[in-house]
Amino acid sequence: MTTLNPVDVFRMEADELLACLETTLLDLGEKPQDRALIDTAFRALHTIKGSGAMFGFERVAAFTHDFETAFDLVRQGRVPASVDLVNVALSAKDYIRQLIEDPDGAEPIFGQAILDELGTLVGRATSPAGPASSPDAPEAAGQASSPETAGRGSTLETGWRIGLAFAPEVLRNGTNPLALLDDLRELGPCEVTARLDAVPDLAALDPGALAIGWDVTLRAAVTREAIEDVFLFVQDEMTLTLAALGGAAEAPADPAPPAEPVSAVAAPRAPVVMPVAPPAAPPAAAPPEARAGAQRSASTVRVEAERLDELMDRVGELVIAQARLSQIAGLHADAGIKTVAEEIERLSARLRDTTMSIRMVPIGALFGRFRRLVHDLSRDLGKPVEFVTEGEDTELDKTVIERLADPLVHLIRNAIDHGIEDPARRAGTPTGGAKSATGRITLSAEHVGAQVRVSVRDDGAGLDAARIRAKAEEKGLVAPGTVLSDQQVYQFLFAPGFSTAATISALSGRGVGMDVVKKTIEALRGTIDIATEPGAGTTVTLRLPLTLAIIEGLLIRVGEGRYVVPLSAVEECVELPEGDRTGRGRDFLDIRGALVPFLRLRSLFEADGEPDPYQKVIIVSVGETRVGLVADQIIGNHQTVIKSLSKLHADVATFSGATILGDGTAALIIDVGRLVTGGQAEMPREYQEVA
Amino acid sequence: MTGTADIQAQTTPLQVVKVRIGSETFALDAGMVREIIDPIPTTRVAGARSHLDRIVNVRGNVVPLADIRERFGMKPEAATPDTRFVVIEVEIAGDPVIVALVADKVFEVTEVQGGTAQPIPKVGTSWRPEYIKSIVKSGDEFVILPDVERILN
Repeated sequence: MTTLNPVDVFRMEADELLACLETTLLDLGEKPQDRALIDTAFRALHTIKGSGAMFGFERVAAFTHDFETAFDLVRQGRVPASVDLVNVALSAKDYIRQLIEDPDGAEPIFGQAILDELGTLVGRATSPAGPASSPDAPEAAGQASSPETAGRGSTLETGWRIGLAFAPEVLRNGTNPLALLDDLRELGPCEVTARLDAVPDLAALDPGALAIGWDVTLRAAVTREAIEDVFLFVQDEMTLTLAALGGAAEAPADPAPPAEPVSAVAAPRAPVVMPVAPPAAPPAAAPPEARAGAQRSASTVRVEAERLDELMDRVGELVIAQARLSQIAGLHADAGIKTVAEEIERLSARLRDTTMSIRMVPIGALFGRFRRLVHDLSRDLGKPVEFVTEGEDTELDKTVIERLADPLVHLIRNAIDHGIEDPARRAGTPTGGAKSATGRITLSAEHVGAQVRVSVRDDGAGLDAARIRAKAEEKGLVAPGTVLSDQQVYQFLFAPGFSTAATISALSGRGVGMDVVKKTIEALRGTIDIATEPGAGTTVTLRLPLTLAIIEGLLIRVGEGRYVVPLSAVEECVELPEGDRTGRGRDFLDIRGALVPFLRLRSLFEADGEPDPYQKVIIVSVGETRVGLVADQIIGNHQTVIKSLSKLHADVATFSGATILGDGTAALIIDVGRLVTGGQAEMPREYQEVA
Repeated sequence: MTGTADIQAQTTPLQVVKVRIGSETFALDAGMVREIIDPIPTTRVAGARSHLDRIVNVRGNVVPLADIRERFGMKPEAATPDTRFVVIEVEIAGDPVIVALVADKVFEVTEVQGGTAQPIPKVGTSWRPEYIKSIVKSGDEFVILPDVERILN
């Protein structure tokens, strides 16, 4: 059905590799001594280079090669991974991304500038370290002291004993072991012996399966990496054992990161049927995330997002068809049909839940993207900032996560630019003198019922309600002297063009952004809250639904039409008091002492027919406002698959979508937020103050 | 889409679905017609423009129901046994959009010769000229090739 273009596959792979490279480089900036990180970064570069060349991305390959060459000095431990180096490496990574995504837009002069800077940094760091022309000298010392450097470093041996055990299906995947042996021969003279003990009888022989392993004695002074590089593209499907000739079996002492599937186990004569999976018992010292990564990659399938969307659509249709079936079965006395309808109901509910769970992805991947943002902002603004993430495992619908990226960028920018004070001010904060010079941004996510709460917290100065209020009065958003809660004052921050920043920086202060944040979050059917404590920081909390595909709603009837009110907005339902059944100019209720205005949906929707004698009021809340919606009948709870309205209905603001009911007709989903704001405009002046 | 249809109209025969809407016969490019269905229950959308004030469920998709009679100054009529919904796909601002069109009667799928296209007369019609792509001769009568994108939007 869908054939993937190899170039697209490369782009997808490169995308992941570059993301991995970025994370690793950022980690490296924090832990410059971590060899595992350096190795991971180097491996990512190497793979990009290799597959780039393979798929015709010559410029990517060439640039990455030079990048790799410079970075190799870091890997050999001759150049420390300084902050400057990490910064340049990050720009180099960005350049590679550009070379892949938009080769025409990538000016070679920028690439050269990056390489020059990299070269200068690496060169400057090497020169005072003494003559580095002889690679053996410092390494030899390292070998004696640390078995790890011996294994991972570029130690030269007089030769290697190499054991090759392939997975039986490698031939089907297009691997040619003989070509790999030829590659080995290019490194030096080889003695090759085949392991034939696993070859079955002729009758049982499967010519498509590889049952032969090889032992190779390579007599040449080459590095371990050189040998591993030969098997770079098959390392997932084979077990490579390496032992230095004449030396002790060094491998067991070598805690190779388990993320690297080439296990360096000096098991003598591993049988060919040996498991191809990563080493069974990873060393305890292994970084846990690397291990988790290896396990995850072993059991995942890459699926195009569109296919998942299509699956969700189909399941949605199934749920609708099932609802119709249940309704029809309810009208028949036939027990057989009823049983089948119930069975299908149960099955489709489970299918729906499973499909939904497929679309759920952990938010951690999104959080990871902001590390770079914080890193860059912190550098540009000269404010040291520590970035903490919590609840990365929290799962959310893929679409929600995608659309959350931009709002979070704005919030994090604001937090660093406006929230966190300059280091000098932090040191001398009069209220809390103990503030550390390094600011802290905490990004956290957690499940709260059927919602997910995502918050951005800074430990900066906090919001100045008086100043926001003054600005709002200046802009004419509120009349001077109006009584407002702090929460209401903070809502002005979301007004278009609102900014209290005295100076406009490149990052923020133009007042564009927070209104977009609010719009985006509302489009996701979410809410946004601000909490602040002067001197201690500000927290912006987003509450989002788990998914956009399905909504829990209250099905109501207004005249002949049926509508769905999102249950998340519903607070309670009451009966309309007798005196209010006909309009008499004061449409508000007394709900336990509080004044709640209400809207008559019959007149808003121009409903036909006689009003129900006992009308009901659904009290909904929008932000801090509570409004009643008067309907003829409350039919009940309804879990609905949301169908978006056609583009031709973009001018209809009152409804956020539609759904299909059990009898096959469409019902509209009321956009409570917009209905209420629209309703306020139509309400007589005296009620506006109430609302 | 509009441009290519125009060129085709002048050179090659065009496959069209002939329908009656109100008192007029229209020819819809067969390429845009997805299916023709019997009338199904509709749902009114409060606040929508009057020619698009209902939605219907077409095979699990919520689709606007367009009644273009009003756009041509014709009075809405009650449904008759001949009434059909013609489901078409049009391009609105670059995106394909599915719309169901109320037709009072669907006649046939036929070919019209692009060469017979007539310029739209300046007098003699009260219709807005931008709603009409061209007028072609089909058999012994003139039919209107409407510009559905413009009419809907």
